Amino acid sequence: MCGNAGPWLEHGLTQEEYDRIVKLMKREPNYEELSLFGVMWSEHCSYKNSRAQLKKFPTRGPQVLQGPGENAGVVAVGDGLGVAFKMESHNHPSAIEPYQGAATGVGGIIRDIFAMGARPIASLNSLRFGRLDDNRTRRLLSGVAAGIAGYGNCLGIPTVAGEVYFHPAYQGNPLVNAMCVGLVDEKKIFKGSATGVGNIVMVVGARTGRDGIKGASFASEELSDSDPDKRPNVQVGDPFMEKLLLEATLEILERNLVIGLQDLGAAGLTSSGSEMAGRAGNGLYIDISKVPLREEGLAPWEIMLSESQERMLLVVDPAKVEEIRKIFDKWDLVASAIGEVTGDGHFTVRRGDEVLASVPAGLLTDQAPVNIRPQREPAYFQEKKKADFSRLLNCGDWADLLKKLLASPNICSRRWIYEQYDHMVGLNTVLRPGGDAAVLRLPGSRRGLALSCDCNSRYVYLDPRRGGAIAVAEAARNVACTGARPLALTNCLNFGNPENPEIYWQFVQATDGLAEAALALDTPVTGGNVSFYNEYNGQPIPPTPTIGLVGLLEDVEKRVSSEFKAAGDLVYVLGQSREELGAGEAHWLLTGRDEGQVPEIDLKEARRLNDFLVEAAAGAYLRSAHDCAEGGLAVALAESCLIGGFGLEARWRTDISTAAALFGESQSRVIVSVAPGNRAVFENLLSSREICHVHLGLVTDFDFCLEINGESLNIPVAELAAPYNESLARMVKPPMNEDAAL
Amino acid sequence: MFKAVVTVMLKKSVLDPQGAAVERALKSMGHSGIGSVRIGKSIEILLDGRDEAEAEARVGDWADQLLANPVMETYAVAVEKLK
Amino acid sequence: MSRRVSAAVIVFPGSNCDRDCARGWEAATGQAADFVWHKDGAMPDYDVVIIPGGFSFGDYLRCGAIARFSPIMNEVLRLARRGSRIIGICNGFQILTEARLLPGALLRNRDLLFICRDIYLRVENARSDFTAGYRPGQVIRYPIAHGEGGFTVSPAGLKKLQDEDRVVLRYCDPEGRVAPDSAPNGSLDNIAGLINEEGNILGLMPHPERLSESILGGDDGRIMFQSIFEAAVGAGGLN
Repeated sequence: MCGNAGPWLEHGLTQEEYDRIVKLMKREPNYEELSLFGVMWSEHCSYKNSRAQLKKFPTRGPQVLQGPGENAGVVAVGDGLGVAFKMESHNHPSAIEPYQGAATGVGGIIRDIFAMGARPIASLNSLRFGRLDDNRTRRLLSGVAAGIAGYGNCLGIPTVAGEVYFHPAYQGNPLVNAMCVGLVDEKKIFKGSATGVGNIVMVVGARTGRDGIKGASFASEELSDSDPDKRPNVQVGDPFMEKLLLEATLEILERNLVIGLQDLGAAGLTSSGSEMAGRAGNGLYIDISKVPLREEGLAPWEIMLSESQERMLLVVDPAKVEEIRKIFDKWDLVASAIGEVTGDGHFTVRRGDEVLASVPAGLLTDQAPVNIRPQREPAYFQEKKKADFSRLLNCGDWADLLKKLLASPNICSRRWIYEQYDHMVGLNTVLRPGGDAAVLRLPGSRRGLALSCDCNSRYVYLDPRRGGAIAVAEAARNVACTGARPLALTNCLNFGNPENPEIYWQFVQATDGLAEAALALDTPVTGGNVSFYNEYNGQPIPPTPTIGLVGLLEDVEKRVSSEFKAAGDLVYVLGQSREELGAGEAHWLLTGRDEGQVPEIDLKEARRLNDFLVEAAAGAYLRSAHDCAEGGLAVALAESCLIGGFGLEARWRTDISTAAALFGESQSRVIVSVAPGNRAVFENLLSSREICHVHLGLVTDFDFCLEINGESLNIPVAELAAPYNESLARMVKPPMNEDAAL
Repeated sequence: MFKAVVTVMLKKSVLDPQGAAVERALKSMGHSGIGSVRIGKSIEILLDGRDEAEAEARVGDWADQLLANPVMETYAVAVEKLK
Repeated sequence: MSRRVSAAVIVFPGSNCDRDCARGWEAATGQAADFVWHKDGAMPDYDVVIIPGGFSFGDYLRCGAIARFSPIMNEVLRLARRGSRIIGICNGFQILTEARLLPGALLRNRDLLFICRDIYLRVENARSDFTAGYRPGQVIRYPIAHGEGGFTVSPAGLKKLQDEDRVVLRYCDPEGRVAPDSAPNGSLDNIAGLINEEGNILGLMPHPERLSESILGGDDGRIMFQSIFEAAVGAGGLN
């Protein structure tokens, strides 16, 4: 290898890829051209290993205004409004510098949303870390939460929902997935397209420096301890700059001064320029001598690949350039004409009149090889289906186990995190974080928007197909619990190295499950992001296809929250409870083992339950609705009690074991409470919609009293509330929090 | 050309929770002999000027007006001539 | 007597509660507020000026330190002198202290974390133009959302504020008890909001506009806007 290393190696390309480039270009590429291919054909930009599988997703529906392929998807929400939304990963940068990694992840996804012409109205995030009793994990969690807060709070975009899980398998490779949601006039959705030969290409916002060069290729490699030199410069976010860029960009869009625009993200001018040209079927040139720089001495390829934050690329009519410059000047920002749309179909890089690189744009954006990798079912898949639940079955002290679960890292209240996020700014948040989904009112409309992020990666690891379906079903159910109809989803597919056949098998299976559920629940996929190579020293993360889902409430006044509201209300569990202890949080807590059969998911049943919840909320029959998830019925009941400050008097005789009744995680179940006066009409609706249910008892002003098959738990609610509310803060900062200080 | 470094610190009478947290962290790492830790900021300004004294006076004015808040902070200015 | 009160919301680069303040004001009073850009060298004689929350100039250097030098601040000073009512909320409070229109300064929160949640306040002075709609000692709920809200002032300054009854709001627990740990940010003497000597400038960290409609979870905040409105009407308007 040493003697004859090919020129492709430096750019992360394989010899096959190099040969393909030569064949397509009908000549040898020069250094600059090869560096363009290096990033554009990286996994991060080309999706070469995932593209074939992503085609399985349903992407159409009457609600979809913009499907995959643009900066973000858009769905219609009535009153002439569209909702733009997308999720993206920033895993590797966050592993290295948690504050800036998370902050710039938030910044990037926000730009994707306003690039559609939408005003961002909410952010969400999905986080995964290693064990919480580890100092590095605490440092990562503190840094990531502070980074998300530092960026989003400054912009005035409320962070309204999210999820976080802890598992040793994320120890070296945490996940930071950020989602943003914006509102757009459906007639004014903008696209990232370089139409109109002769139009001017402008770069606006921050100046270009040596930030995060080769971040795209970095994201396409595994992390390890050995090669610190490979790491790109940390990108530093400037949320104040982004706020100005947001306001200035929305102002030029409002005045119809722009033809196309796109965020400058991974691979900077190279990817944004070639993608905008590629989408329009046009060419485009960029003169690097016109790009405003922050520092001197950048090589041409550095300018083209810089991932300096808070920049956008615009395509505008030559007659509008001056007006745009004036508006950016008002906001103290630079706007520079750096190129032009051409008719030759080539993406060209120039320095003055000198041509440094010229490649047909389509070769960069569409001609990366589409790999269908070999796949192999891993041995663990069958082996781990068998599990010994005797510790759980014979646990005996149910009350103690419930308290431990409520205090455990994966179940306890996330308040310590979400109180660092401004979740109210904008005055639209009408269901705050802490329940199943956040709800925002839509300005100028009676309607509301419900938002949720979800993925139980233990399910996906143990059964990728079923787990992928469950991730969608749970996100949809969370949204339906508020009374909203699930509309559409975005995703962030976090996996290990796809060149490993067992990882690729996980990917194929999980995307199969995701596609099936999206179809069955009528929630088309409007976009997303794939993040491979999430491994640390050769150990892959559990497959984590995070789902971000939006739902629509016809009347936001009829939103339903998850906590009990009044003593005397009737409590029901909706859905079928089965003898399902596999893959459960309780088994994990007792044994530290990921094993057992993943709970069944019947997508028709899931759909029927969602429809029922929407109908019952619209009829104002539900006082509360709360999804049964990790920790099962007992945890869901306890949460509804302690958040509302109520007790419970419930009794249930069932054929399943007490352990399964309390802690089993059977899917498609929801705890609801109903005012006594609505009992008849509610129960009629249950039977006419064929919803399996059990009437468990009553909300009270006293203790948490639950009796299953004659075994009873009697616990003062304060004894449940304290561990639930306080444990995360206690676990994060014992005895001090040195990082928040720095 | 001169380089002025303005060091801004919280007044002694004002609680510095950042400094206190770092102090606790250093001690918990097992480092001994630590009296106290205070955290401030350092501002570097490159400027033209007649001589050091004049540059220092100007920067002092700026510190009074903007760089430090006398309600809670104190500052010190150090100036060096650049070659 | 005219029921028309003119109100302005000042917009700095980085302000992010400007629209919220205008919305809260309108929800409480039924009258729209104007937006005024920080670079404007002149503005009409508004009866009420709201300096909103956010991160003016990114909160770089110190919160509010750069905003106080914006041209509009001379106009805010002019209106303050002629008796207009000025309210600075959160970052607006920080700007007012930096501009020395109010005493003291706001330090980083005791626990070093940004905090966004509902908190309780005791109305310590219900005679001010900003709080006249509340009962003395009433416990109200407002949200906070800040990282630098720990009020500090010299011992002499504190005594003056106390003696002159200028602390209008203190952090308390849900039962109205004022104890050090009921100040989420470590604020000196649990001070959440205070007025100037003339009584026409209020600075406070909590956000009245965020609980100004019941759909948002409560409407304790609208009473503050209504109080300001009634005070301005009572003064016969200044125009």
